[in-house]
Amino acid sequence: MDIKVLGPGCPKCKQTEKNVKDAVSETGVSATVEKVTDVMEIAGYGVFGTPSVVIDGEVKSVGKIPSKDEIKTWIEK
Amino acid sequence: MAKECCAPGGNIMILACSGGSNVGQLSNQAAVELTQEGFGRMFCLAGIGGHLGGFVRSAKDVPAMVAIDGCEVGCAKAILEHAEIPTKNYLVLTDLGIEKNKDFNLKEEDIQKVKAAIKSVCE
Repeated sequence: MDIKVLGPGCPKCKQTEKNVKDAVSETGVSATVEKVTDVMEIAGYGVFGTPSVVIDGEVKSVGKIPSKDEIKTWIEK
Repeated sequence: MAKECCAPGGNIMILACSGGSNVGQLSNQAAVELTQEGFGRMFCLAGIGGHLGGFVRSAKDVPAMVAIDGCEVGCAKAILEHAEIPTKNYLVLTDLGIEKNKDFNLKEEDIQKVKAAIKSVCE
């Protein structure tokens, strides 16, 4: 599983990245977590704002900090 | 997308039909000017119409939005409905008494009227 956290870098983005990493760790799902900070690359996802979370190419959330539990529902299939 | 992370303010998503008539282009011009003035940020309705994931998810997750149709055909509203996105604030420019035509020489007074109406529905 490929997870990307989109955001140039701010407390909300960092919290989102932490929630994602915690969710991955707690579920034991095999996943790579990448922080995307390049503005042009972020723009390529068509998101209105950050932080955003993309899982296997699908944009799951935009402009908010998803909770760890919410992220778990996305990665536990 | 905002250049600054978690940019404060200006987070009203503005979706204009940008159609091929005076009122369609009025919706576009008003959206552009309101974005430039920091009232909100114009977003790509075509991306939503194309069901591109990032655009659709953005419209579903945004806390504040206004959709602007030039006329009662309601293309912007239809696009949102087709993508199952709730229409939070909505405006049809012909309802403001602006007659639809093919004159693309937009009147400044109409642009200002539309901008004021957009601000009003967002209150």
